[in-house]
Amino acid sequence: MAIWADENIRLLVQGITGHQGQFHTKAMMEFGTKIVAGVTPGKGGQQVHGVPVYDSVEEAMEREPNASIVFVPAPFAKDAVIEALDAGIKLVVVITENIPFHDTMQFVHYAKYKGARVIGPNCPGIASPGKTKIGILPNVIFKEGNIGVASRSGTLTYEIVNALSQAGFGQSTCVGLGGDPIIGSTFIDALKAFEDDEKTKAIVLVGEIGGTAEEEAAEYIASNVTKPVYAYIAGRTAPPGKRMGHAGAIISGGKGTAESKIKAFEEAGVKVARFPHEIAELIKNDKRI
Amino acid sequence: MKLLEYAGKELFKKYGIDTPKGKVISSKDELHNIDIPFPWVMKAQVLVGGRGKAGGIKFAENMEEAEKIFDELMNMEIKGEKVRKILIEEKINIEKEYYLSFFLDRSSREYLMMFSPEGGVDIEAMAEKVIKTNINPLIGLQPYHLRRIPKEARNIATNLFRLFIENDCELAEINPLAISNGRAIAADAKVIIDNNALYRHPELPKEDVELTPLEKEAREKGIAFVQLDGNIGVIANGAGLTMATLDALNEFDGKGGVFLDLGGTDDPEKVKQAFELMAKAKPKVILLNLFGGITKCDTVARGIIEFMEEHKLDCPVVARIKGMNEDVAREMLSGYVIAVESFQEAARKAAELGRD
Repeated sequence: MAIWADENIRLLVQGITGHQGQFHTKAMMEFGTKIVAGVTPGKGGQQVHGVPVYDSVEEAMEREPNASIVFVPAPFAKDAVIEALDAGIKLVVVITENIPFHDTMQFVHYAKYKGARVIGPNCPGIASPGKTKIGILPNVIFKEGNIGVASRSGTLTYEIVNALSQAGFGQSTCVGLGGDPIIGSTFIDALKAFEDDEKTKAIVLVGEIGGTAEEEAAEYIASNVTKPVYAYIAGRTAPPGKRMGHAGAIISGGKGTAESKIKAFEEAGVKVARFPHEIAELIKNDKRI
Repeated sequence: MKLLEYAGKELFKKYGIDTPKGKVISSKDELHNIDIPFPWVMKAQVLVGGRGKAGGIKFAENMEEAEKIFDELMNMEIKGEKVRKILIEEKINIEKEYYLSFFLDRSSREYLMMFSPEGGVDIEAMAEKVIKTNINPLIGLQPYHLRRIPKEARNIATNLFRLFIENDCELAEINPLAISNGRAIAADAKVIIDNNALYRHPELPKEDVELTPLEKEAREKGIAFVQLDGNIGVIANGAGLTMATLDALNEFDGKGGVFLDLGGTDDPEKVKQAFELMAKAKPKVILLNLFGGITKCDTVARGIIEFMEEHKLDCPVVARIKGMNEDVAREMLSGYVIAVESFQEAARKAAELGRD
């Protein structure tokens, strides 16, 4: 088992003819993802690594995709997401960075109305080792197993997943939720899914400064999650008022500090690591696993 | 991007929101060309909060006083921010002060309207009196939302919401919203525009004085760059990894001086630009923490070598290189950097060099 994305995924790549789209189409195929179609308006009829390209999502539906990944540039990303949702796609992973927040809010709510899930934006996507990958996470770091990982960051997640794999802890699913203040899927969504997933035995959350998603997750864990949860929080030394690379990583009005998040997690019984690779050690030393 | 009060008020006027009659000036001569009867309110234009308490708002009864206050305000620094402009306004009669704002709420992922019957003070200080109204972004502001706030504030709320949407605001705030002779007037303006949407608003003034000159240069080059207090320049790929590297330094009593996120790139030129910026910040030591995935380690190595061939770098570079093509990269960089194996070791070594 896995959450949200498994071997039944038939993927559509929006923005497939761009540089990133082409590169990651190949990498995802190498991971084992079934990619059935691509879309780039005006480029219909071409092929990218053997995948047929269509002018619109509507036309691409003849290949029966059930999930989509969006590489479309920020000014056009909202349009691409809405197009996928209108065509009936129920899982849309948005890789694109720098999408205006008002655009994101609209497609996040539209997805809710359509009964679909959005992951991202500004995220590395989702990978279920041995099954499928919808994203840009490096293939080599993964190992099949029973740890569920949810993160607000990209590279930091690779670092942690790599350390987990090397310590012998494979993953059920690893999902990058995105570094923006407004995102489609949250820690709580991931916690719910991992708690219900039979294969997942332990959960790792990778958070960072800004907002209150970690505090809300801690509250949820305390009353709803029975599986062991481990966490790392980036930004303990970040000054207030500065955006630390991610649009969402900002301490404002005294809210969103790492201290507050670490405290909330610890109070909910979550073990918090000091260094990213320390997560693997915490799991190793935990008698519950 | 935050707008200064005067720029926020200019935007307000376009949306039919009344503001006190006013003029913004930056030189003393301009005082004599102001067509507003005394008494004046003279307001230092800064982006930081707490201006009133810091003495940044003064009243002038005549020109003599105005000149004196002008000098005072222009020489003032409020929480480290220099005053560059002064807004001069008519003094209005205030019968009541409300608080009104719209912002993007991260938790609910909806717009939030906040109204308080007691304005003019810090919103946190009146938390229990605040009326919060969630607004679905697909539906927008509805008449029943407005019926939750006093009649005299409804028209201004409608206009402020339109401004908030059409200008991609993260926040549009009026505090205080003054009731003067029965009219609702925005006595202050706080507007924050979403940086991601600035391309849709070329007409807005760019005065982001919160950024240092190097931070501005970095923004123009599309590099995430933040200047900090310490002396160790951190370059990593990915915001989370860069933050984690700064945190790790702290564990070994090292202090980060620069946060530089390379992001995902396959262009050595961008790496070179990043190092150029970093060199300008004059760190005592540079710590490169690379986890190659999308960004291949050898691409970064090529950029570093190109940089070092052209510039003389007078600080050591501690490099921890992991991931895609790490072996090639390490070989290329031997002689250019101090290579270390692990994340922790890298932080320890850089912290040590930062102390010497």
